[in-house]
Amino acid sequence: MAISQSWRRAWPGRSGRRARRPARRHRLALGTLAVLVLAVVLVPLIVQLDQQLVDLRAAGLPPSPAHPFGTDEVGRDVLIRSIYGLRVSLVVGLVAAVGSVVIGGLVGLAAGAAGGLADRILMRVVDGFNSLPHLLFGVFIVALFAPSATAVIVSVAVTHWTTAARIVRSEVLSLRGRPFVDAAISGGSGRLRVVRRHFLPNLAPQLLLATVLMIPHAIWHETALSFLGLGLPAHLASLGNMINDGQRSLLAGDWWSSLFPGLLIVVPTLAVSALAQYVRDRANPRWRSELML
Amino acid sequence: MLEATGIAVSFGRHRVLDGVTLSVRPGEVLGLAGPSGCGKSTLARVLALLLRPSAGAVAIDGRAVRGWRHRAPQRTSIGLIFQQPRLAVDPRFTLLDVIAEPLRATRRPVDRAYRLAEELGLTSELHGRRPHEVSDGQLQRACVARALALEPRYLICDEMTTMLDASTQAHLVHRIEAYRERTGAGVLAISHDAELLDRWTGGNVREWDGGGTRKREGGAREQDGGAETRSPSALDRH
Repeated sequence: MAISQSWRRAWPGRSGRRARRPARRHRLALGTLAVLVLAVVLVPLIVQLDQQLVDLRAAGLPPSPAHPFGTDEVGRDVLIRSIYGLRVSLVVGLVAAVGSVVIGGLVGLAAGAAGGLADRILMRVVDGFNSLPHLLFGVFIVALFAPSATAVIVSVAVTHWTTAARIVRSEVLSLRGRPFVDAAISGGSGRLRVVRRHFLPNLAPQLLLATVLMIPHAIWHETALSFLGLGLPAHLASLGNMINDGQRSLLAGDWWSSLFPGLLIVVPTLAVSALAQYVRDRANPRWRSELML
Repeated sequence: MLEATGIAVSFGRHRVLDGVTLSVRPGEVLGLAGPSGCGKSTLARVLALLLRPSAGAVAIDGRAVRGWRHRAPQRTSIGLIFQQPRLAVDPRFTLLDVIAEPLRATRRPVDRAYRLAEELGLTSELHGRRPHEVSDGQLQRACVARALALEPRYLICDEMTTMLDASTQAHLVHRIEAYRERTGAGVLAISHDAELLDRWTGGNVREWDGGGTRKREGGAREQDGGAETRSPSALDRH
């Protein structure tokens, strides 16, 4: 500890200032996400939203203390609907991101660990999926189902697993050639044990990062599909539906009905990106240790 | 006996080994000397059943090896100690995890890991440290303990002491010699340092010669390849 402290005194630029400055940014990102998550969890418990309710007397009101985000063209409160919409988008984004990374991770792991013919076949399947325009393919998949959150989740997961598959495969190929994997095999470890004890823990930061980065991307897809009228049912409050509805009001000068749902896509995306960087750094065992030799 | 006959290994068009024949008897300590990049480590990986040769055969105690890597059930009969301990351990493992890994993989009691750590001079405060928190010498001690964990019949030390200080070199060689004397295991010591090999093996050194190996001439002491017991103190001078 004494060595560590004197080292810090001698090199404050390396361990002191540089270590603290990103932490504030990460705390801000975590705080923003915590507020948003609390809002989507608590607000629906306090305020019940009638998705079908229309109040034409309150249509197109600008932001005011009674309606902080204003009201839309049929008099619905934009703040409450945005929070409900964010809840739907977060759930869809999270489940779709986890789904795509699990599918991609399994394919990449199988391709990298098995090698040979299995690797070549699986990678050609990945190339095949990549050759399809993924938004168009996503539209095709949702069109097979009735508009629902499940259809959007399946669409995003099925069209986005290839990135995770490529990342995981290349990492596994790199890990396979490392002497510590040779040492594990030499020590009697079987294929599954090597995957469980060496590949998965060393892949975890990449998998976590891929999941975290996929969440905002999946939310964009949900909003894009809803914007095209193919995602969630039109009356349901979702960020995509709200922006879609709001574009008509924009011509009348009602900027708030699009801006606030749009900000609720951008702000969590930025916060998630900042947190992803933090998660990646924390996953490195060197950063976890305070002992510097 | 650990026997390799006519081993050839190619990486693409580049032929690294071409018809190498080598054998290590139980109880014998055999040195293999050669310049860097001549294929010694590749031969070590073949002998440890981690790399399938493009030609040739390996036999362990008279039984021909048919599978390689995961498919080689005999692989635990051969312990391999790598040149660079930093690359040879999972950066997420603690030193004790490193030593216990073969014991866990083969479902043997992990208590032995504590005893091995103690024998190799790794004190209890080092047990929970990760590779980046210890020196190269401490890490190589853990790697030697790991290689000895399953009591292999043959031990391959691939440039084991390169980049280590003289006292750690002497300690590790001393431990391996003690293990050889106790169990009668065969040891193949690979190094570019002919002087070290000479002292370790008492002159039983094969020198890399083009595609194969030949008996080193003018070694410190000639040894007929039997299970000679040598005093490790001879190495303390290094």
